[in-house]
Amino acid sequence: MVLQGELARRYAGGQTTVMIEAADYRALVDALERRFPGVAAAVSVRTAVAIDGVIFQEPLLEPIAPHSEVHFLPLIGGG
Amino acid sequence: MGNEKQTFIKNPTFKWVGTRPVRPDGMDKVTGRAAFGADYQLPGMLVGEVVRSPHAHARIKSIDVSAARALPGVHAVVTAQDFPDLPSEIAAGGEAPINFRDVSNNAIARDKVLYEGHAVAAVAATTAAIAAQAVGLVKVNYEVLPHVIDVREAMRENAPLLHDGLFTTGIDPQPTKPSNIAARTQFVLGDIAQGFAEADVIVEREYTTQPVHQGYIEPHACAATVGADGMATIWTSSQGHFMVREFCAKLLKVEIGQIRVIPAEIGGGFGGKTTVYLEPLAMALARQSGRPVKMVMTRSEVFRASGPTSGTHVWVKLGAKRNGMLTAGEMILKYQAGAYPGSPAMLGGMTGFAPYDLKHAKAVCYDVVSNRPKCAAYRAPGAPMAAFGVESALDEMAQQLALDPLELRAMNAAKAGTRTLYGPKFLEIGYAETLAAAKAHPHYSAPLGPNQGRGIASGFWFNIGGQSSAAVHVNEDGTAEVVTGNPDIGGSRASMAMMAAEVLGIDLAKVKPIIGDTAQIAYSFLTGGSRVTFATGMAVVEAAQDTVRQFRERAAKLWKVEFADVEWRDGMAYCTRTTEEPRAPLSMAAIAHSCAKTGGPISGTASINASGAGPGFGTHVCDVEVDPETGAVKILRYTAIQDVGRAIHPSYVEGQLQGGAVQGIGWALNEEYIYDQQGRLLNPGFLDYRMPVASDLPMIDTVLVEVPNPGHPFGVRGVGEVPIVPPLAAVANAVSRAIGIRMTDLPLSPPRILATIDRAKRST
Repeated sequence: MVLQGELARRYAGGQTTVMIEAADYRALVDALERRFPGVAAAVSVRTAVAIDGVIFQEPLLEPIAPHSEVHFLPLIGGG
Repeated sequence: MGNEKQTFIKNPTFKWVGTRPVRPDGMDKVTGRAAFGADYQLPGMLVGEVVRSPHAHARIKSIDVSAARALPGVHAVVTAQDFPDLPSEIAAGGEAPINFRDVSNNAIARDKVLYEGHAVAAVAATTAAIAAQAVGLVKVNYEVLPHVIDVREAMRENAPLLHDGLFTTGIDPQPTKPSNIAARTQFVLGDIAQGFAEADVIVEREYTTQPVHQGYIEPHACAATVGADGMATIWTSSQGHFMVREFCAKLLKVEIGQIRVIPAEIGGGFGGKTTVYLEPLAMALARQSGRPVKMVMTRSEVFRASGPTSGTHVWVKLGAKRNGMLTAGEMILKYQAGAYPGSPAMLGGMTGFAPYDLKHAKAVCYDVVSNRPKCAAYRAPGAPMAAFGVESALDEMAQQLALDPLELRAMNAAKAGTRTLYGPKFLEIGYAETLAAAKAHPHYSAPLGPNQGRGIASGFWFNIGGQSSAAVHVNEDGTAEVVTGNPDIGGSRASMAMMAAEVLGIDLAKVKPIIGDTAQIAYSFLTGGSRVTFATGMAVVEAAQDTVRQFRERAAKLWKVEFADVEWRDGMAYCTRTTEEPRAPLSMAAIAHSCAKTGGPISGTASINASGAGPGFGTHVCDVEVDPETGAVKILRYTAIQDVGRAIHPSYVEGQLQGGAVQGIGWALNEEYIYDQQGRLLNPGFLDYRMPVASDLPMIDTVLVEVPNPGHPFGVRGVGEVPIVPPLAAVANAVSRAIGIRMTDLPLSPPRILATIDRAKRST
């Protein structure tokens, strides 16, 4: 799990890489919240997620494979 | 569209995908039958007009509507008091998290007006003349406040403050003093100091771009009616009728189910129609009057009160080894949001360096409010301005290192596995292929004459998926309707029909694409982000597959065999099991004709949340000639090359590339907002706001590179955004090379170029 910018600074004491054991996105956020309280609310509205390079705008039920790399991203729109 | 010079390799295994059939909406559009936003007429319909602020920044002390209301023929007058005062909170909505309080206050000002043209009231009357008279009778008492237009001036500590409660986010600790800087966002990859320490050559420059309007031909227009039961119907030209429904429900505090939105044809959007302006006002006026209300913006209103995209100040620093390998890239991006927070600065920070494999990179992005209309999305929001800086700096780097600008890009090109500044690694991408195609194109080796220059630039856009629904309704004779919920702004109807025909295995002429309203098809996210052919196309493919499954089931019933014994090929069911009686193949029409006997109508549906959108990259080559006497720039030749995944309808894809290139050329050469000392816009019309027209430009050549996206059944990547990203730098690089002076401020209008040439002459 890789945390960028405000998430790392505000909730994880500047830590940007975190190892999390989780089978899906929901479990990942639960685990992150236990470790860094406040993260779950912060990522509930403003973020998309990249799991192994694939971007999901609504990732709640997305499975996460062992050794996957997960990034929170700003929501991406377009014109 | 329809350029004979196109380069395209068609996949011969498809029957419809990759072909160029006549567009299904073409006949109605060329004969004037197509109904756009302003074309709807209802019995007893009133004309709605908006009262707009003459001031760039003022406090509203009072609004007296009594005289307007008393005017014979006036049936309704609304102000912000007729709308709920929404709390300030970030919520999901539209394309990005938004504050519906800001959307509401932008549609109709509550306490302050924040730009000239800001709506303060709306009237509805029996005729346009009476409505115009009523507008003049609305008395607004303003306390005029100091204003600020420019982004860097707005960031100064003593700048006039737009919002007392705006405290910069992204800074720890968060400031306790309000400012016009809504947000600071930062992206970091590697160690930027180390990267620059490794560099032999450094290029560092500042660049500016002006706000530009999306410039759609059709002004915002809608009609609304509210029945005695409170049910509202809105006809509107937008990029998303489900978005209009959601926003109006939120702004007027009614249930979503109380509003039905019927999409009109859309005369261009380019991102500018992904929010609401008139619709909530028309609905409020219709509710108050009990009569239908139509509202249509003038071109002046479009310029003064909708869009544009941000004006920007961009600082770029690049480091490279002498052999051209980049060691580091850094950007500081300052983007105007207009009156309310929400510029695409962050997207600029994410996209600017995306084409390159950088080990060390950093982007700091500032979202800044000022007294201009709230910015709206515009093709690849935020990306062209960042690319202008990065691609200009790369061109300068190539000159300093005496390298071919395509070679420099190729040796640093991102590929599968390259880590982006915003985090994840790329999967399958086709950037390097666009560079190779540019290098091989005859344009790149064509000779140049005196005062001529050639510019190269590349660009990136993410492309998105999202929620989409589709239905395939089969008629009794075997023809079919494909219903989707996305307004067709770029030819998506044709693509939807082609993908459905491909899966069903039938003649395209038997498939009719329809855009359903909010009551006719399940939710579909708006048309934007280059998502429709990808995401809604995927829903169409799944709905068509569902239809095929039903056809096989029906054939199995007719033949008294198992489902697995039926194969679907070329629009026919074939029995693969050997039976006593031979089973002649059944056509789609034959199965549809007997559907009442086998279970009723056949209709396939799909509702999905699509992911796996493949990112897009493009490379543009531009030749210009600069007249040293006048500073005028002539575009001599222009080639747009892009990885499109797989083009469903190549003519439409080429049209997207050509349209994006032309809009980018206008951004580079001419378009700008001119304000007077009071912050009033002086050029709110196409005579004074100079967009390129056909006679200004050569035919834009296109090359479609196909690196299929594994996330889509046919390999589709979004194509609409990428082509507006490279042109700003492609044009500026060409001009800079033509006159031998680096141009860093847009637009490159004749007076600016002439002044630059004159300055250079004086200094020598």
